[in-house]
Amino acid sequence: MDYNILIGGAAGQGMDTLASAFSQVLHKRGYQIFTLQDYMSRVRGGHNYFQIRFSDEKVKSHSEVLDGIIALNQETLDLHIGRLKPDGFAFADVEVKSDDKRLITIHAKETAKEAGNVKTMSSVTLGALIKLFNMDEAFMKEIFSEKFDVELTEQNMASFKRGQEMVESRYEIGKGNPEKTMLIQANEAIALGALASGLKFYSAYPMTPSTSIMSYLTRRAKKAKMIVEQAEDELAAINMAIGASYAGVRSMTGTSGGGFSLMTEALGLAGIAEIPLVIAVIQRPGPATGLPTRTEQSDLKFVINASQGEFGRMVIAVRNPEDAFYQTARAFNMADKYQLPVILLGDQYLSDALQTIEPFDLEKISIDRHLADPKPYEEGKVYNRYELSENGISPRLIPGIVPGTAVNIDSDEHDIIGNITEAAEVRIDMVEKRARKFDLLKQELIEPDLLGEENMDILLVGWGSTYSQLSEAVDMLNEVGKNKYGALVFGDIWPLPQKKLMEKARKAKAIINVEQNYYGQLADLIRQETGIAMTASVLRFDGRPLSASEIAKKVKEV
Amino acid sequence: MADIHDFKTFETAWCPGCGDFSILESLEGTLAELGLKPHEVLIVGGIGQAAKTPQYLNANGFAGLHGRALPPAAAAKIANHNLKVIINTGDGDSYGEGGNHFIHNIRRNVDMTHFVHNNQIYGLTKGQSSPTSDIGHVTDFTPDGVINQALNPILTAIALGAGFVARAFSGDKDHLKEMMKEAINYNGYALVDILQPCVSFNKVNTFAWYKKRVYKLTGDESYNPNDKIGAMTKALEWGDKIPLGIIYKEEKKSYTDHFEFLRESTLLEIPYDKKLIQSLIEEFVQ
Ligand SMILES: Cc1ncc(C[n+]2csc(CCOP(=O)(O)OP(=O)(O)O)c2C)c(N)n1
Ligand code: SF4
Ligand SMILES: [Mg+2]
Repeated sequence: MDYNILIGGAAGQGMDTLASAFSQVLHKRGYQIFTLQDYMSRVRGGHNYFQIRFSDEKVKSHSEVLDGIIALNQETLDLHIGRLKPDGFAFADVEVKSDDKRLITIHAKETAKEAGNVKTMSSVTLGALIKLFNMDEAFMKEIFSEKFDVELTEQNMASFKRGQEMVESRYEIGKGNPEKTMLIQANEAIALGALASGLKFYSAYPMTPSTSIMSYLTRRAKKAKMIVEQAEDELAAINMAIGASYAGVRSMTGTSGGGFSLMTEALGLAGIAEIPLVIAVIQRPGPATGLPTRTEQSDLKFVINASQGEFGRMVIAVRNPEDAFYQTARAFNMADKYQLPVILLGDQYLSDALQTIEPFDLEKISIDRHLADPKPYEEGKVYNRYELSENGISPRLIPGIVPGTAVNIDSDEHDIIGNITEAAEVRIDMVEKRARKFDLLKQELIEPDLLGEENMDILLVGWGSTYSQLSEAVDMLNEVGKNKYGALVFGDIWPLPQKKLMEKARKAKAIINVEQNYYGQLADLIRQETGIAMTASVLRFDGRPLSASEIAKKVKEV
Repeated sequence: MADIHDFKTFETAWCPGCGDFSILESLEGTLAELGLKPHEVLIVGGIGQAAKTPQYLNANGFAGLHGRALPPAAAAKIANHNLKVIINTGDGDSYGEGGNHFIHNIRRNVDMTHFVHNNQIYGLTKGQSSPTSDIGHVTDFTPDGVINQALNPILTAIALGAGFVARAFSGDKDHLKEMMKEAINYNGYALVDILQPCVSFNKVNTFAWYKKRVYKLTGDESYNPNDKIGAMTKALEWGDKIPLGIIYKEEKKSYTDHFEFLRESTLLEIPYDKKLIQSLIEEFVQ
């Protein structure tokens, strides 16, 4: 069982409520879901849709082929009917016209009016949809009442029931899985991962598609006893996060490419002043304002190279919500241990996709602050913020803790105390000290995940969010082809882990990079770091996500 | 344990005769008189001559980026409100490069003190005009004189809702110390714009130029610093006569006062609550 339903219309037509209620019912009934969101950068009108794919087994990514379309306007039907299966269905109100036999007219508006409130028309459609899949009204009241007051809940239930009466059941979907799952987006997982890591301070300036991190944290801030500050701009956002981190609390900022452009100087401040910092950069297509609500993986080289001068940073590409949670926790530990900035790189596709996953396990994460023991300093030992240690990591004290001891940091090149200097020898010492700790970090990298065949003929390489589609694509390819396919998907991406890549690349007949950009930035990075060149590329840069079947098809073509 | 006299420790890179020396000396004196210890104070600077102040004091120091002194200062205070957070930085840093942070940190009203060393010039970069250079000011970079209007920091700060706005002069250290004390003790964002002669690059606004014009409001019974309109009128005074003292003062809640959970302890001290995190995870689980 594997169904894929599209719900589309103009912004403001109630599609969000419909999609979210349908996802919730499916989740509560124990089905696995992958919901893709496609929306325009406007508050009213335009064309927007959700694609809800559900199954009794794990759903890895979205799919292009549709079993059903809920068309809240004519445009939705016209745009997507070409993707509807021959035995699929479409729901629409009377105003939507088509000769297509698969169209079922739902008198949603009229029925909702009769039931008492026109505004509940999406519940009429929901009732019909749920009936079509042979489900009853279980969980519905609970879902409505989470959103509406008593009266509106009653009205929605009434409309829902009328919707149920409108159609006959058509699909048998069987029982859901009794095992508990989470229904979550990757941005929420990043936010939750940060809270689980002891995040106390988040400063950011709104920018799609990163804003949902801030909105989740804002909703939970009081409970979690943390501060979320909407900064006046991204310059303030990152400088505030750095200030809070200097003062000793775990802090973080988040943005998209445009905001990150404004943050670049301060990224270097975290580098030279050696202040731990976690930054979530959720990509959208650029340059400049680009396509604000769409997806791309085109900021990889930018985040790796951003800011003047040379300093170590770590970049982790987020691959799915589980990864988002656990890698965020690790990012905080790495930032604290090596006293440098760690960037979590996500994108719109992943951030807005709602997925069912295994619940997060707090036992799997730890909080390692790597702070210096204040005791010796309390007993009179002289404190030097930038002590020239063997491994390059200097003891980090929090200001205000040790009586009489000051903690000095500087964006200028500085001596061991943290005071400005232009001495050539000191400069060399400091550059080498920072390089030593970065070399140490390289020994802790996590190799990319291997999907599909271990001993592949064709090696696909990808990073970040294409994990989900690649894992499904290699399965498709291995089912039919005579070649054996495998994929390496990078999470840790800077510095680039090379062991597994070198080993697999040596044996593969061909290597193909699969990326959501025009130039193939991972391919460039791999070539730069290892000298390995790609045989071919599968790239998409129209702002829409690659699908598994599309990857499989294109891989065979190249 | 280090004591108050340990605030001063380092050799400076300022020109002999620079007003920055008097400001540094006054600051040391003020901190000592307030009985503060080096670990209890955080001095934050951006980049510039004035912004080197954190380098010259034995206290916690954050020498950040040009124009970006206020954001880390505010955040450090929010993270640990036991720290006395003081910003020492230039007019270019505060009102030019950092103008947006100046505006919004007045709105934010974190309990911190902003000492602007206002020499009406860019010192470190060798003599360009600054946002507070007056019209007609001739520099190597404005050979025909400045044509942009000067920013009035006092009026701007009052208009934006700052609760403590004062002016001082580096040439009157006793008064400067008094202003510093008042500002540090004020709960909220406090601005002291300090007139500071730059002997090397500002040949217009010299020590003598300021000396001739400044007069003190302190002790003037007829002046009421709690009257906002009166204060704004006073703030417009510039040129032949320049008022020194607290121009405007108003008590209000500072940023951290708004958070119940910061009453008993600092953000830094709040312990990790694993049970709560588990419950947040559960919210997503079915
Ligand atoms: C982003 C950035 N732009 C420009 C500079 C160069 N710069 C350093 S200090 C300064 C102006 C200093 O003027 P002010 O803040 O008034 O301080 P003063 O030196 O007069 O005390 C400039 C333009 C810089 N360091 N960083
Ligand atoms: S250049 Fe001006 S501001 Fe800088 S130290 Fe010299 S006199 Fe002072
Ligand atoms: Mg200046």
